[in-house]
Formats: sequence, C-alpha cells, structure tokens
Amino acid sequence: MLGSGALSLSHGDHAALRGDRGDALQLAMRIVTRIAEAMQARELLDVASAHVDGCLYHGRAGLDFARRLIEGGAQVAVPTTLNVSSLDLLHPELVRLDAGTTDEARALMQAYVAMGCRPTWTCAPYQLAERPSFGEHIAWAESNAIVFANSVLGARTGRYGDFIDICCAVTGRAPAAGLHLDEERLARTVLRVEGLPPALLRDDAAYAAIGHIAGGATGTDVPAIVGLPDTTTEDQLKALGAAAASSGAVAMFHAVGVTPEAPTLEAATGGLEPTLDMTIDLRALRAARDALSTVKAGAAVGSVSLGTPHHSAAELRRIARLVEGRRLAVPVYVNTGRDVLAQVADEVDVLRGAGVTIVTDTCTYITPIIERVATPVVTDSAKWAWYAPGNLGFDVAFATLEECVDSAEAGRLVRDAKAWGDD
Amino acid sequence: MTEPATARMLAPGVATGEVLVLDEALSFWGGFDPKTGLLIDTHHPQAGAALTGRVLVMASGRGSSSSSYVFAEAIRAGTAPAAVVLGETDTIVALGAIVASELYGIEVPVVVAREHGLVSGRRATVRADPFGPAGITVE
Repeated sequence: MLGSGALSLSHGDHAALRGDRGDALQLAMRIVTRIAEAMQARELLDVASAHVDGCLYHGRAGLDFARRLIEGGAQVAVPTTLNVSSLDLLHPELVRLDAGTTDEARALMQAYVAMGCRPTWTCAPYQLAERPSFGEHIAWAESNAIVFANSVLGARTGRYGDFIDICCAVTGRAPAAGLHLDEERLARTVLRVEGLPPALLRDDAAYAAIGHIAGGATGTDVPAIVGLPDTTTEDQLKALGAAAASSGAVAMFHAVGVTPEAPTLEAATGGLEPTLDMTIDLRALRAARDALSTVKAGAAVGSVSLGTPHHSAAELRRIARLVEGRRLAVPVYVNTGRDVLAQVADEVDVLRGAGVTIVTDTCTYITPIIERVATPVVTDSAKWAWYAPGNLGFDVAFATLEECVDSAEAGRLVRDAKAWGDD
Repeated sequence: MTEPATARMLAPGVATGEVLVLDEALSFWGGFDPKTGLLIDTHHPQAGAALTGRVLVMASGRGSSSSSYVFAEAIRAGTAPAAVVLGETDTIVALGAIVASELYGIEVPVVVAREHGLVSGRRATVRADPFGPAGITVE
C-alpha cells in the first residue's frame, strides 16, 4: 500500500488505513499518507485545526469527492473553518451563476457543513475570533491564509490544497514535513526594502506591491524582508502575503523586527547564506504597480473592487470614512467575511448609504458578480489585479485605497503621484 | 529512444504525449481552463497553449490552493495533460491526480525530475509505478 516504506505510522493511522474506522477515514488517511510520501515525511503529526478551501465550486469533481466522504460517514476530528464559496448566501441576488451551477455550488457548501465544518465562508480565517496560537500545527488551505498563519501567527501549516485540507480535518493528522519543521521555516532569500518615502511605507498598497515582487523573485522559498517598520499592521502583512502567494508560491515570509520568528535577520535565516539578496526600491514598487495595471491614469473605469483577501473591520472602517458624503460615479464592491460584517454595523450603514455593495461568503474575482459591469476594474488588491485578467478577462488597475475611492468618484483612474513618490 | 531518466513518483500512472516545457510556473486555478484545456494566465509567456494530452514540464507549482480541484476536474473532463513532470515537489498538483484516480480510476502520472532531457514538441512516456522507480523516456 505504501511505496517507499520510509513513512512510519501510528497504530491509529494504521487502523484508519485498514478501514477499521469506516470508509471515509480510510479514504482520507490513504490520501494523507500518499501526500506524506510525496513530501518524503517520516511520520504524521496531530493538527489542532483545519481551514478548508474545497467548498469553492470549480466543477463536478469537488462535489463527487465531498459526497464520497459523506457516504463513508466523514466527520471532522478538529475545529474546521470554511473558505469562500461560489455563492453569497447573505446577498444571493448578487451572484449571476446559471441555475445548475448554483445548485451544485450550494450542494458542495452543504456537504462540507454536513461534515461538521463551521460555515465561516471567509478566505481570512485569521480574522475570526478564535485563531491558531504560536507554534501550533494546523492544516490550512487557501494560499493567503497559509502564508498569514505561518508568517504572522507563527502557527505551522504546509501549503495544503483542496482535498488534503478536508482529509487532514477528518483524520486530525498531517504530514510532518515542509513548514511544520523548524529547518524548513528558515529564510533562504533576503529582500531589502530601501529608499521608500515614509508616506508610501505607511500605505497598504506598498505592502501588496512588495509581496508581488517577493513572490516573483523567490518562488517557493521563504524570504526574509528587511526594512519594514515595527508599526507594520496585520492588514499590511495580509496584503503582502496574499500578493506573494499569487505571483509566487510563497507559503511563509519573515519581516525582520515585525513577525514572530524574525527578531533579527540572523534568526530568520538561521545563519544560512541566502541564495538571493536583493533590494526593493521605489522604482521596483512603481514597476510592480504598473505590471498589475492594464490601463493608465485617466482611463475611464467601470467599477471598483476592494477586499481580496476579505477586508478586516479596520479596513471597512477606513473605507467608510473615505466614502462618507461623496458621490460615487461607478459601482464599488467590498468583499468581507460575515463575522467581520457583524462587527461593523454602523460603518455598514455608511457604506450602503454611499452606494457601496458589500459582498460576503464569496469574492468578486471568483464568481460572476460584476459580469455586466463595464471594465476596467480598479482594485486595492494585488491578488485581484493578478488573477482578474485571466479569470475574468477584465482590464484592471492596482491602486491605493484612496486612489480606488477617488477613481470611483471621478469615473476614471486617478493616480496620486505624491503617494507613489513620482514628484 | 534514449535511456529513461530517473524520476520520483508523486502520483502513479503511465502516459505518453507530446512534450510542452513551460517557461514559467503555472497555477492551474486561474491559469488553466478545465473546460477548454487552454493555458489562460495572461501573465504567462505561453498563454493560449493547449495542455490537453501533453507531457507538461514545469519547474514548480505556483499560486492558488484550488489548483488541486481544477486539476482533478480537468482529469474528469478529459482536458488534463497526460502527465506532469515537475522540477520540485508540488503536492497541490499531485493531489489533483491522486483524487481523480480515487474517484474516476483515471491515472495521470505526476513525477519530480530535475534532469529529464525533455524538449517541447518531442514525444515522451512518463512511468510512475507505485512499487518501483519512476522514469521518463523520450522517443
């Protein structure tokens, strides 16, 4: 059954693999052990929680898999949260999928809830009240959540994808490999942020652009980023990680002096000689902004999309302050989680009063919410700007939050030359 | 025919197809359409390439964790590459192949090989036996 024989399993793992504990556990454990072998793990370890991405519908295969698990009696063994889906259950009128796809997407969501997962429907589970603690082993899917958990929380998860996420949740086990291990968490590349105007270094967009550059430069390695201020916020680290996990396969980064495993550069690298040591300067940041924009300043815009990954309560409050009392010429969409939405009732009134559409449970770049809206779309998300041209066929512009709101008011792409240091 | 290059199995199977070496990594989610089998990532230098039935060679995986699902869906729909040869371990691609094999009994071999001699346009066979060594043969 096992190929190399190098993987050593516990009695419980063997029992599950033999089918002693039901068909679903047998299937889940078979997949966990196959992936453990692919990762050349020597054993499995217990995980404290899981975050499942497989609830987002991409076709029949995911539904077939979830139903196979349910038929086998699957129930999650650890607290498990759910990622965004293809539907907005709170605002169903927003989503324009055909009836057949809507039915299958809903059936997929129901299948994961039936297995005992919490219907959180957010790509930012680290914004929920309960989140993993430092050093805890977890099995998270969703690339931006993985990079946040490893980098910012100091929890330990591999770069898990759809299917293995629910298999780890059902078995409570994960391969002891990759970022679960101390030595794999050391930085192999060093990126030095230098010469940015202080105002730009306070702007969340700078962090998204830095992440975009980091992903392209380091691929699957763990980078150590030097030169971020100790005032860097979680929202900024979220933007950095999400961008790095889109342009590359970054599952963890260190921000020296900011993130918990990088009090110093030496701690982040473990004294290893870096394979890459490069500088990220103002010119590189502006080049990243332009690479993430298919239209130029002054171009007519069709809509504005904010909150990929899902915006936090702090970010929703900031948007509310920016839009209050202004007339928005084009539709503005904000993606957030339903738990975050419940925390900011007053701001929601302000946002809706200004005509902003709030999207929960899903995201504007994975489901046809703005299909009929004229493009280009201006966004504060490097991840959105990276994927939308291919996924949706849209023209995009990546911009600061202020530029996004200014553009929504003007109906054309407004660039703030001062914000980007273009004298 | 040359001597087979050695490889490490991530997902088992045997398949033959025309080789396509990708110049950059690909995220199947967001970068590949399982309905058409085309590479749709507009940032990718080979955007528009048909991947169905190919022996797909790429240095590493990239991007979204939904790629496992998209890859499995492509295998179900018959639009997937015949085999994938990676430069380094990527469990997200392997998972898609493993789950499709569990659900549909269709095997798409996924292997890791650093030196494989594969060139776009040639035909090659990828063998990934769960009980023996994996190998790649160029015709």
